[in-house]
Amino acid sequence: MDVRFINAFLAGTTDVLRMMAFVEPRAGKAFLKKDNAAKGDVSGVIGLTGAARGSLALTFSEPCILKVVSNMLGEEQASINGDVKDAVGELTNMVSGSARKKLESEGLSVTAAIPTVVSGSGHSIRHVLGGPSIIIPFETDDGPFFVDVCLILTNGS
Amino acid sequence: MDKGLKLLIVDDFATMRKVIRNILKQLGYENIVEAEDGSIALRVLKSQKIDLVISDWNMPNMTGLELLKAVRADEELKVTPFLMVTAEALQENVVAAVKAGVSNYIVKPFTAEAMNEKLQKILG
Repeated sequence: MDVRFINAFLAGTTDVLRMMAFVEPRAGKAFLKKDNAAKGDVSGVIGLTGAARGSLALTFSEPCILKVVSNMLGEEQASINGDVKDAVGELTNMVSGSARKKLESEGLSVTAAIPTVVSGSGHSIRHVLGGPSIIIPFETDDGPFFVDVCLILTNGS
Repeated sequence: MDKGLKLLIVDDFATMRKVIRNILKQLGYENIVEAEDGSIALRVLKSQKIDLVISDWNMPNMTGLELLKAVRADEELKVTPFLMVTAEALQENVVAAVKAGVSNYIVKPFTAEAMNEKLQKILG
């Protein structure tokens, strides 16, 4: 996968969590994912097209997302309820937007679809392209989350 | 800046409306009404005096851009300050919003300070 993708999603994720939820995520070493199982309790998935096509998934552990959404809303969240799932969709949308802005500055114009949210322990993330994806693991004071990207450059980009 | 101004938040995501309301409260604004999309927002604008619209871009029924165009085309509403809030930071979106008469534009993610700065530019 093009390193520009990894850098854009890494920076986009950090910006979104820092600005909207006052959480300082620490990125780990990216690795190749070989199966569909998400490594968390709730995920937001969004399709991408244009100069690159594929999809992006954000997968959060429960303690991590509860802290993130509590900070975002200024209201304590005790479980993965409708508000939390709604927020995961919005966070996915924002990370995608922020990363796409960075890709645009590299000459790659990418558009996004509407995010969907999946929850439950051991749920699976099926990427549009069906191929292997790159996972960027993040750690926060309240638990881990993962950015899961499966993208390829479109011909001519 | 008058913190008693009535602000209308337009976003189809209830959570995002709460996030923006939370930020506006931090900035001292308490007089806030909400709408779930552009068409509902237009009805709100025609039924009560709104001092500033803060609208998302991507929404069902009527988008933020369509709402902005409808506001600017309405004789009674056309001078209403309009702040577009969106994850769409692409150059073509900015150009379209400016052409349609947006007062200012803020890209998600943003901090409370960034929101305050935009509000001051529009209302100050």
